[in-house]
Parts: sequence; C-alpha cells; structure tokens
Amino acid sequence: MKKGAWFGGVALLLVVPYFLQTTSFAFVIRLFGIAGLYMLLALGLNLVIGFVGLLDLGFMAFYAIGAYTAAILAIHHVPFVLCVLAAILASTAIRVIIGFPALRLRGDYLAIVTLGFGEVVRLILSNWDGLTNGPKGLPRVGETIPPASLFGFTFSTNLHYYYLILVCVLGAIWICERLNHSRVGRAWVAIREDEIAAELMGVEVTKQKVVAFALSAVFAGLAGAIFAHWEGFVTPESFTFWESVLLVCAVVLGGMGSITGVILGALCIVMAPEILRSALGSSFANARYLLFGLSLILMAIYRPQGIWPSRRRTLELRPLEPEDAPQETLYDAEQK
Amino acid sequence: MILQQLVNGLTLGSLYALIALGYTMVYGVLLMINFAHSEIFMAGAFVSLMSYKKLSTFLPPTEAFVAGILISFLFCAALAVVIERVAYRPLRRAARLAPLISAIGVSIFLQNAVFLWISDQSIAYPQAFEVKHFQFLGAQMNTLQLLILGVSLTLMLVLQFFVNKTRLGTAIRATAQDATTASLMGIPVNGIIAITFFIGGALGGVAGALNGMYYGSIKYNMGFVPGIKAFTAAVLGGIGNIPGAMCGGLILGVLESMVAGFIPNGSDWKDVVAFSVLLLILLFRPEGLFGRRVPDKV
Repeated sequence: MKKGAWFGGVALLLVVPYFLQTTSFAFVIRLFGIAGLYMLLALGLNLVIGFVGLLDLGFMAFYAIGAYTAAILAIHHVPFVLCVLAAILASTAIRVIIGFPALRLRGDYLAIVTLGFGEVVRLILSNWDGLTNGPKGLPRVGETIPPASLFGFTFSTNLHYYYLILVCVLGAIWICERLNHSRVGRAWVAIREDEIAAELMGVEVTKQKVVAFALSAVFAGLAGAIFAHWEGFVTPESFTFWESVLLVCAVVLGGMGSITGVILGALCIVMAPEILRSALGSSFANARYLLFGLSLILMAIYRPQGIWPSRRRTLELRPLEPEDAPQETLYDAEQK
Repeated sequence: MILQQLVNGLTLGSLYALIALGYTMVYGVLLMINFAHSEIFMAGAFVSLMSYKKLSTFLPPTEAFVAGILISFLFCAALAVVIERVAYRPLRRAARLAPLISAIGVSIFLQNAVFLWISDQSIAYPQAFEVKHFQFLGAQMNTLQLLILGVSLTLMLVLQFFVNKTRLGTAIRATAQDATTASLMGIPVNGIIAITFFIGGALGGVAGALNGMYYGSIKYNMGFVPGIKAFTAAVLGGIGNIPGAMCGGLILGVLESMVAGFIPNGSDWKDVVAFSVLLLILLFRPEGLFGRRVPDKV
C-alpha cells in the first residue's frame, strides 16, 4: 500500500506538469522547480541540523559557491556534467576546510561561525570584481551561461529543468533515507541526543560531524550548479543571510530529522508567499517573513518536533512519565 | 592620520561596546546568544527618532533629543524584558537549539514589523543640535563624537559600578556563576534574568539612538551588521565578561577604521575584516582575549 502511494505520487509528479505546460498554470512548473531546489538544499541542511543537531546559519554560502563555480566554468564552455562535478567539489572542499576547526565548537558558537562565514562569502562575491563581477553578477556583458545539456540533450524549457530537479530530489531523498537507517545515521542521531555519551560509546564525534558537514555541501553544490544553468545568471543578492534563515525555517517547521517533514517545509517556504499573494493581495506577500518569524517562535515553544515529526525520534525517544522525570531545580525556584 | 582614524575608531567602538554589553550580560546568566538584541538596537533608533519628532514640536531641539534618548532607553529595556518573558522563558529547560531558534524568530518578526508598519526605506535622522568641528592634535573631531564617547563611557562606568558594588550586581554575578546555587541562597533568579535583559536592552536602545544621530539615517535592517560586530566584540573580549566586552568593542572599532583608512578600497573590505576577526577568534581562541576557558557541563 505504502509503496503504491509512493509510485502513484511520483507518477503524478511526472505526468501532471507535462499537461500543465500549455495551460495558464504553466507558471506552476517553474514554481515547483524552485521548490525542488529548496528541497535539495533543505535535505542537505537537514543532515546537519536534523540528524547531527548542529545549527548552521550560513548554508547559502555553499549554494553560492556551487552556483558561482558552475557559472564561471560554464562561461568558458565547460560541459554541464563537469560544471556540476566542479561545483560539488568546490563547495564540499571549502565546507571541509571550514568544518575541521569549526566543528570543535559548541552549538551556538558554531551557529555564529557559520553565519559569519556566510557573510564573508557574500561580501567576497560582491567585492572581488575580477572573478565575480561584483554586485552586478555573472555573466558579464557579452558572455552567456549556456543552458545545461546532458548526453546531447539540451535543457531549454522550465519543464526540462523541472524533470532534472525532480530526478535529483528523488535521488537525494533516497540517499537521506539510506543514510538515516545506516550506521552513520545512527551515529549522527546519537551525537544529536548526547554528544558526550555518544563519544563514550565509541562514536568518533568530530569525524562524523565533518562527514555530515561535507555531505550537506554536496547537495548545496549540486543545487547551485543547476540554479546557475537554469537562471542563466548569478548575483550575490540571491545568497543573503535571510535565505539561509529561510532554509533553517524549512527544516525546523517541517520537523528536524524528518525527511518528509523537510520536504513539506521547503514546499511551504516557497509556496506560502505565492498562495498568500493570490489570496490576500500582493502587499501581504511582504508579510511572509513576519509570519515566518512568528511561526518560528510558536513552533519552538509549542511544537518543537515540527509539522511532520521524525517517527524514529518519537519511537525511540519517548518523553519520560511525569514521575520518572528528573527533578529539575534550575531556574524554577520561584514558580514552585 | 593615525590619530584621526583612532578618534573615528573609538567613536564607532564605543557604540559596538554598548551593544556588546547586552550580548555578554545575557550570555553570562543564560548561556544563550540573544539574537534579537540587534533588533532592540534598531528599535532604539526608531523610538528615539519618533519621540524626537513628536517632542520637538513643543520643546527646544536639544531637550527633545535628550528626552528621545531617555524614552528609547526605557522602551528598549521594556522590550527586552517582554521578549525574554514571551519567547525565552518558556524555553529555559528546552534543548539548546530551541531558544536560539526562538530568538531568530523574534529578530525576523521585529525587523519585518518595522518594515511593514513604519517604513521600508531609510529615514533621515535630523541633527538635534549644531555639531561643531574642531582640530585636536591635527585630527578632525566634532562635538557629536565627543557626545557619543562621553555617554557611552559614562554608561559603562555606571554599569561597572552597579555590577561590582551593589547588592543587585552581586546577585547578577552570583546567578551568572551558578543559577541553581544562587536560587538556593534566596536570589530570585527569574527576576535577576529580567533585570539583565532590562540593562542590556536599555544600553542597546541608547546605542541605537546615538548611532542614528551619528550616521544621519536609520532603516529597518540597520541592526544586523552592528549586531554581528558587537557580538564579535563580545566574543573578542570573552563572552560573559563585562570589561572584556567594552575593550573588545573599542578594539574592533579602531581596527575597522584603520582598515578603512589605510588599505586601498578599505571601506569595501572592512566588513570582511570584522567577520574574519570573528571567525579567527572563534576558531582559535573561543574564550576570547580576557575570558577563561569553561569546560562543557555534563
């Protein structure tokens, strides 16, 4: 039954856009393509936030590195496949270099380091005119980023990119699912729940963190390369701190560590403004960040497990019965 | 030239130091980065400007400006206390990421509330009094810089006295050291945490007002960059350490104006330098210049 639903869903995602192409709903294809890119990013970020429990506030930096690497190479007529590989390699390599020293830090310090690194990358992209053409972005006047092509087939319409992204997202879901149920995934969850206990059980904490960090950058690099080819231009404006925060929202709202949840979260952050805009007029679309901010606070307080919580987490980590709960004395002296 | 950049740097640095105190004091008692602090700073600028505009219709400009600063002092202190009560206190015993996510939520909310309901553009911040320029040992200075330096140094001295010499200050230090033991000694820990937010918010509000006056314009997203830099300053001095935050702010401000003054195209790169300092300090000396290394509590 469950398998049937899966295949049905995928078939629907394959067939429906093909027929939407000529209707007035064609814009939905592009929207879903964008949502797919955000899903790739959110799935990558979920490895770090959801599985290992490390807050990363600068994830867009690695998307940017992927996009710029691909754009620079594509301008010089490097084939699409090589661009993608180079983008993945570049973002992963830089991620590992920054990760090794950074991952020794405690949670909130790590959040700040990633935030700072994200800003440094964005500032370098908008100041290093020789390589990145500064705030105007790539390509320069007279240059173009050719559309992606694979085995002689050229991706020229939104629908083509939609299918490309769909395949990537499905692959990413499969990888995440396998990781989640592997030795590595269990080690990550152990680190998330109690780092010191995990270390005592023989988990190589720093090594596992670096692995998660590096893998997440693979997703970001891939998404970046596709983005650069699809849009045909890249500017530093696409990779601000707020975009990184939106991704964190996607992961947290959806449910940290839950793959279905993260997919839903990414869909929410892309679709919510569009739906709000058509339902309430364009001025209200500006309120999306306001609503995101509010929902982050409310989720943190009332539903920390997210819209679609990770089932494993609920099964394995049931809250203690009230009488078993440890007697907390920190800070609540007044309330009793 | 060096003296000139030193003067500019100290002015900037004293503003960073005022904001950094808010981060460092909250971190001291709650071990939490108050992400929304940069928005309190922004709110301070907006409140002081709005009250200045209202008051200057019937008060002379200088008095209206001083009153505006006082109002933003109180407003931001209250705002910080409300934020703590609503968004952080329910999460005291939650996992470590939860308060941080809630703080990011508050920050996004406040910024966009101003964006939607006040203005999405820069607003000019009028000069409330005539700024006089004069020469001092070959460096250009003005009365506004003196005012900023004077106000922030006074506030820091008052804070230093308050924390070290009064009963309430002792209670704050005791809570920072060990909240459970402090509560056993009869210290109302929740009240002390609220007072910490009150002080941090008040200083942030004054810094926002002075910053608006210094640069002449304010905007809904003005808090982000100074917020990160002030956080850098707090980390530089050793987070949780009050004199450390003051020194860290001054050092960072001076460093930044030296980069802007002496490196060609330096003003494009000064933010990169500030963030790089943050990264290097966190990576190689996370306890800061004046802090002690604190082992993880098990």
